[in-house]
Amino acid sequence: MKRNPIVREIGDFMLPAILMFALYVQFHGDYSPGGGFQAGVIFAAGIIVYSLIHGLERTQRILPPAVVRAGVSLGLLLYIGVGFACLFLGGDFLDYDALLPHGEGPNNPHGQELGILLVEFGVGLTVAAVMVTIFYAFSGRRDDR
Amino acid sequence: MALTALAVVRLRGLLAVIMLSGIYSLISAALLTTLDAVDVAMTEAAVGAGITTVLLLGTMTLTGADEARPSRPRRRLLPLAVVLVTGGFLVYGTLDMPHFGAADAPIHQHVAPRYIEQTASEVGVPNIVTAVLASYRGYDTMGETTVVFTAALGVLLLLGVERPRRRRRDDGDGEDA
Repeated sequence: MKRNPIVREIGDFMLPAILMFALYVQFHGDYSPGGGFQAGVIFAAGIIVYSLIHGLERTQRILPPAVVRAGVSLGLLLYIGVGFACLFLGGDFLDYDALLPHGEGPNNPHGQELGILLVEFGVGLTVAAVMVTIFYAFSGRRDDR
Repeated sequence: MALTALAVVRLRGLLAVIMLSGIYSLISAALLTTLDAVDVAMTEAAVGAGITTVLLLGTMTLTGADEARPSRPRRRLLPLAVVLVTGGFLVYGTLDMPHFGAADAPIHQHVAPRYIEQTASEVGVPNIVTAVLASYRGYDTMGETTVVFTAALGVLLLLGVERPRRRRRDDGDGEDA
């Protein structure tokens, strides 16, 4: 599709919007529909669009497969890490109340918000990286023939 | 949706089938939006209509664009009967379910009121779906993330990490030449 100027221009035009929308869905997930999974998928879709337009090699130069594979594990580790951080800060596993010092009352919404933000980012990172990894794995096979 | 599904079953050209399955996903996403399940609709549109279609197209370029015809026409009565009976039982099972959106449905009586009442003070996040997903059901979501992680692991193990393999192949080609 590299040669088709209409597809290329529209793709390049849309790409920042797609990635931006993914970030919006990611970090605005507390207030509006969306969250880590949706954001990760949208982000991965954006990268796949770029790869369809500009070719796999150029995409892999920008986003090397090794980096993406690291992202797969890092997201999950972030999630589990937040869980253990809660554990070590005196709460239960994944009990975000413990993440920040308590205010008044038995509940701690600020800790919850921080925990959710981090955990959702972990989910988003893993999902995006997994989708791109699978895409790389499928489309990379083409070169083997 | 039913038309799209039937067309997918009847058609043999895989390109059309892939496009139709993408359309099917998009219609599902619209359906989910009308059911107010926007989170699921976003996922369906992005995964089902977007990424899956691309992956299937990539697979098609590897395997060929035509479905092989069945070697001999088989008798289709038994599978049809199984499908009809199963579908009949499923429909029968829905008969004594509460009406869609009924306020006294069991699903709205169990933990949902507590989430709706307490989320603002306990979690302090306006989007209750996010609160339930990431905080109340944090374990579940961690498990789901692990599932996604495992999926990538499986694909990598099956299809391999392609960089080193390609290099080896290039070397082999060079020796042949």
